Amino acid sequence: MLRILQARLKQGYRTIRYPCESPTLPTLYCGKPEWEAAKCTEGCRACIDSCPTGALSKASGALTIDMGRCLFCTGCMDNCPAGAISFSREHRLAARTREGLVLDGRAFQLAGALDEQMRRLFGRSLKLRQVSAGGCNACEADINVLNTLAFDLGRFGIQFVASPRHADGLLVTGPVTKNMELALRKTYEATPAPKLVIAVGACAISGGVFAGHDEVLDGVPTGIPVDLFVPGCPPHPLTILDGLLRLLGRA
Amino acid sequence: MRELPHVRNGQALPFGEVPELMGREFRHAITERVHAGRRVSALFGIPDGDRVMLVAVLASDQQGLLELCRTSMENGFFSLTSEIPQVHWFEREIAEQYGVVPEGHPWLKPIRFHGPYRGERDAWGRDARQAIEPGVADYFGVEGEEVHEVAVGPVHAGIIEPGHFRFQCHGERVFHLEIELGYQHRGIERALVGGPNPRTAHFMETLAGDTSIGHATAYALVMEALTGTTPSPRAQGIRAIALELERLANHAGDLGALANDVGFLPTASYCGRLRGDFLNTTAVLCGNRFGRNLVRPGGVRFDLSSEAAADIVARVRETLADVKNAADLLWQSPSVLARFEGTGAVSREDALRLGLVGPAARASGVERDVRSDFPWGAYQMHPVPSVTLRTGDVYARACVRWFESRNSAAFIEEEIATLPAGSVCEATAPAAAGHLAAALVEGWRGEICHVALTDERGRFRRYKVVDASFHNWFGLAIALRDQQVSDFPLCNKSFNLSYCGHDL
Ligand code: SF4
Ligand code: SF4
Repeated sequence: MLRILQARLKQGYRTIRYPCESPTLPTLYCGKPEWEAAKCTEGCRACIDSCPTGALSKASGALTIDMGRCLFCTGCMDNCPAGAISFSREHRLAARTREGLVLDGRAFQLAGALDEQMRRLFGRSLKLRQVSAGGCNACEADINVLNTLAFDLGRFGIQFVASPRHADGLLVTGPVTKNMELALRKTYEATPAPKLVIAVGACAISGGVFAGHDEVLDGVPTGIPVDLFVPGCPPHPLTILDGLLRLLGRA
Repeated sequence: MRELPHVRNGQALPFGEVPELMGREFRHAITERVHAGRRVSALFGIPDGDRVMLVAVLASDQQGLLELCRTSMENGFFSLTSEIPQVHWFEREIAEQYGVVPEGHPWLKPIRFHGPYRGERDAWGRDARQAIEPGVADYFGVEGEEVHEVAVGPVHAGIIEPGHFRFQCHGERVFHLEIELGYQHRGIERALVGGPNPRTAHFMETLAGDTSIGHATAYALVMEALTGTTPSPRAQGIRAIALELERLANHAGDLGALANDVGFLPTASYCGRLRGDFLNTTAVLCGNRFGRNLVRPGGVRFDLSSEAAADIVARVRETLADVKNAADLLWQSPSVLARFEGTGAVSREDALRLGLVGPAARASGVERDVRSDFPWGAYQMHPVPSVTLRTGDVYARACVRWFESRNSAAFIEEEIATLPAGSVCEATAPAAAGHLAAALVEGWRGEICHVALTDERGRFRRYKVVDASFHNWFGLAIALRDQQVSDFPLCNKSFNLSYCGHDL
């Protein structure tokens, strides 16, 4: 027992003060993409051609970046001859709608809170069932990390539970493989209404790097409406945490 | 023994030089080598007109060589599994992918639940257009009074990947555990054909997300072999630092998970955080906690500044000290040891016969480590001592992780101190046409094997990935025999195998 207490002292207090204090992110961290439209040369497609997931497009000449497909690999930035694209340190990236993730040069709308009634239901206690459906385990790992001392998700009243019947919603990762479709739908059905669905990672939002494969459904399928989209491959744990807190109106 | 052409780790040779043996000679070449102590690192099919070609990559740990041979057949081949248990999963995969039947296979079942990639019927005689239901297959059955079956999954209770497990038990005692995977099948190997293209490197980093560096490194070695590129010593050093950081992060996480499964919460909670600290250290290298976008053919995408290097050394020292503190609690708690010792033991003999790799093999007394047996890059100049234990139980698998963590931390520090100056990325030429390249990397779970075969335009005609999990899942099934059902979580964590890395 004494040893355990000694170890406890040595390990110290480690919980970050998010969201009260702004977080420290690694120097090379790449957050929300940005670009200077004025620098784009007409007819240039270098960024579009280098993107592994087709996240970039030029609609009527103007560039758009779909964060729901983006792997944040910075390939487009490296391949842009004009140096027009860059990645900011903005880690707050979650949106309430799929379209909300498509950046077209206008101000990005951060995820808004649930309506009053849902907030009264879930604002102080939200139990989630996680379903990994083809995820590579990096998204899953960074969701797990929220349960560790560093983030201590429990202090916000958010908890992961073992059964969908005990849950207020699902948190889905992975492109949803055909082999997991039935299991996902059954888990959704087993969750009592009203329920939330949160899609974490490029995979769950759009299929990510696996988009278009015969073996996957390109993300959470129709019939399972998504309430929060958290982009990234994988999203930084803070991006996930920020999205959850915004949804509950607590950030 | 008849000579076979061989390559060193990360070398290529013209595919025409890989001898085509008749079915019987092919089997003979493999069996006599396995009996002489070689291992099957990869055994896979390649569609070849109406026929299917099988290629075997045999690893000789003593000589550090990879021997190659191939055979060709139409609809079936003679199974080797009864004689060489370590190929049984490979044969099931070949059967499922190409609709060919390994005759005499003792337990032929699908492993990923998808339709065949060729032909009108699959190996089980089902119409190729028929929808395949995951997990629907014949299961072992045990009959008798008081015998019962426990089935769990695919969706598990925690935040982990899906799989289906069936226990045949008598009371709490497990006779047999059957492991059914395939729920994570995303069709990656199939999508690699025709590459490389802008997605290829990302596929490699997401084969198993917790092994991004390991798989990206194996891919880089394969591409460098095919393009005749030598990365700079500095790039090799940075890759090795990243690989050891990946090992540290996962080993720390596993020690915590093991503690959690015996309800020992102090170590569980500290190690969860410490895993994150190692991941954050990887992010110092490249901005991403999993090392995404760092390793590429030709070198690495980010140089290491002296400030970042000093930061990494300080972080590794501090975090390892905390891991030691947390792990010591495990070794000093009789209640923990009582649960770890003697649980889920795999004998050395079984480990050898099943072809186990990585910490699972080393915990059972099998000295097997790609870093010392087939050294590549920085490991050629700077060996990492390998750790072997004997008892093969949960305790041994936990200990291997701690001892290896210590060695990895020391390696990182020395490597940073001696990192040569220079560029970090060389341009690569197009890949050679009609060549085969093979590479092994010791990922944190064990041996990762990548084999690429190019077509006449230098595109991938076939790209084979063997994750350590592919060799080790059956080890978990064996570890559970005669254990209690309640030991499953603990045994499972002590192997900590990848679902997606298996399902591809
Ligand atoms: S950073 Fe995003 S948009 Fe740019 S190339 Fe990568 S995936 Fe495409
Ligand atoms: S989004 Fe990226 S990190 Fe998340 S599961 Fe998919 S491939 Fe893995």
